[in-house]
Amino acid sequence: MSGHHQALALLLFGVFVAITLTITTMVSRNRHGSAEEFYAGGRLFSPMENGFAIAGDYMSAASFLGVTGLIALFGYDGLLYVVGFLVAWLVVLFFVAELVRNCGRFTLADVIAARMSKRPVRIAAGASSVTVSVLYLVAQMVGAGSLVALLFGGTSTASHAWTVIVVGALMVIYVSLGGMRATTWIQIVKAILLLGGTVALTVLVLVRFHGDANALLRTAAERSGHGEAFLAPGLKYGGTWTARIDFISLGLALVLGTAGLPHILSRFYTVPTARAARRSVVWSVGLIGGFYLMTIVLGFGAAAVVGPDAVRESNAAGNTAVPLLALKLGGGADSTGGTVLFAMVAAVAFATILAVVAGITLASSAAVAHDLYASLRRPRAKPRSEVAVARAAAVGIGVVAIALGLLARDLNVAFLVGLAFAVSASANLPVLMYALFWRSFTTRGAVWAVYGGLVPALGLVLLSPVVSGSPGSLFPGVDFQYFPLQNPGIVSIPLGFLAGWLGTVTSAEPADEAKHAETEVRSLTGAGAV
Amino acid sequence: MKSSNGRPRGGGGGPESSVEKHEVHDPALAAGAATGHTRYDDPWYDALASGWGELDGTGTPAPAVPPAPRGEAGTARVADVYLEVQRSAAFREVRSRYRRFVIPGFAVFFSWYVGYVVTAQTAPGLMTRPVAGAVNVAMVAGLGQFLTTFVFTWAYARHARLRRDRAALDLRWDTQELTRGLRGGER
Repeated sequence: MSGHHQALALLLFGVFVAITLTITTMVSRNRHGSAEEFYAGGRLFSPMENGFAIAGDYMSAASFLGVTGLIALFGYDGLLYVVGFLVAWLVVLFFVAELVRNCGRFTLADVIAARMSKRPVRIAAGASSVTVSVLYLVAQMVGAGSLVALLFGGTSTASHAWTVIVVGALMVIYVSLGGMRATTWIQIVKAILLLGGTVALTVLVLVRFHGDANALLRTAAERSGHGEAFLAPGLKYGGTWTARIDFISLGLALVLGTAGLPHILSRFYTVPTARAARRSVVWSVGLIGGFYLMTIVLGFGAAAVVGPDAVRESNAAGNTAVPLLALKLGGGADSTGGTVLFAMVAAVAFATILAVVAGITLASSAAVAHDLYASLRRPRAKPRSEVAVARAAAVGIGVVAIALGLLARDLNVAFLVGLAFAVSASANLPVLMYALFWRSFTTRGAVWAVYGGLVPALGLVLLSPVVSGSPGSLFPGVDFQYFPLQNPGIVSIPLGFLAGWLGTVTSAEPADEAKHAETEVRSLTGAGAV
Repeated sequence: MKSSNGRPRGGGGGPESSVEKHEVHDPALAAGAATGHTRYDDPWYDALASGWGELDGTGTPAPAVPPAPRGEAGTARVADVYLEVQRSAAFREVRSRYRRFVIPGFAVFFSWYVGYVVTAQTAPGLMTRPVAGAVNVAMVAGLGQFLTTFVFTWAYARHARLRRDRAALDLRWDTQELTRGLRGGER
């Protein structure tokens, strides 16, 4: 890759950073530092704006680069991922968006703590929210570091480290200065850029095949060397039954995990009403669905135009499939068109990572300040200080994410994202569903549901081949692998639900009938919603 | 800040403010309004509400809730309102309409998704069966998942808009009227 790519990509990325910093300073001017403003952006975004912001929060670099790469290398098995990512939104739409908007104020714990004794429930839900966010954040940071190495050819530790530090510093600035309002606008700008870039590449792929999807698929299958098998499941996850069950486990985590992701839940508080929350999900389902349909075209396009061998040569995991496709579609490495398209894709990928990390940092700083700090602080602290705590927490989380991002640089990004979804589905979803729908759910049930999902999910990963006992694991030298699957979801999600049920039936105090009535009436009507 | 508490009626309650039905329909609810002069208590207005009462982003004054000490009686009365509303026919109708849609809907799309993932992993022979040209059963099923997701999203939004929104909004105003009535005594 020549210097032109790098210079142009850096320039475009610099423009994006300049625009987003301008947004941050503009929206943070003349703002009072209220919690409503910092966590929820004043709750006055329109459904369309919030729909774009949700899409921006959700379409991470893992989808744009990782999933297209998987499709380019393994064909249909990559497509299974995007189906899970999309169907998950039905769970969000049916059970979460409106009800959470009606019941909560800023975080997941707000919804649960409304019915329970506040302190233990807030601490549990806050802890699991922070865990999920940090896992997701580390995945994005590692992705940012690898992206630089891949796109700019710099494989040195120094360039990786600097990328992680710069991304971390920028996200802390966005979040601590601009709060939710700036973060939302950054998501919107990023979503438009990402969708624009994806549409442009998709059109170029389709034009190349004269709009004939059949020809595209056939060419992809031929160039892959697998023939018809490329267009059917099994190339990546077929084979042993362990691998197949592992994929089913991942599929469950993907479809159930989205509804518990803290940075997605916090987005519903930025609109005025539950109806607006529903309409923003409808917008985001349209945008995200369209985006994933296009990534399928891009993935098969990369297989057909670039070829899996060239993709694999550039990056074994396939993460460079889309940049390589852009280069080829523009006319090759030495053409202006290729240079421009490549630089555009690189800049969009950076913008994507930056926006996603900002969204997650904000959600986790809310969990730290609003749930953990508010439960553990001195009882008579000044109320105003919570936003100051949240800003400080954003800095702290930034530092932790940078440190972990540097330590975990060799971990697989897709695995980390899958793990974040699994923890979210095991620890956050059961307690949320029980709190909203189960009449006799108690405080003990809530605490057990959170820890009963969180601890097995993390514990099983520690005992899995990811950490030890296989050549590709974190510590290949030692072997304490007792759990065969990489993704714990298929075990830990039922355990989370089971623990919540067990805690409830064994608890001495009965559920507060009136509090349940209040939650139910509020969640379905919006009475008393902020 | 979009709280409808303490806000004058019809004073910009979001997109729904155009709906003008404010009267109490349910006799049980109406009876609740008479329970009088105790204080408004609400976990959403507790000490965690930092910045409460400040100006929000739009420059409109946020509703000021007096941080007065709350008696047990007040809590009980507001709880009674929610219990009454929960038992009212109007609320049970909204709840059953919601459940009658989302429970079968979830059963259908979740089993269709799990069935798809499990079939993809266990029956590769079925999935490779060609349909038209290079398109096989697997491809049709995958795109079918996209299609059903869009259809379910549309159907849910339509059902909620036509079957639930109006009734839920009426209940919201009625409930808030009742709880406001409780707070009204101190004003």
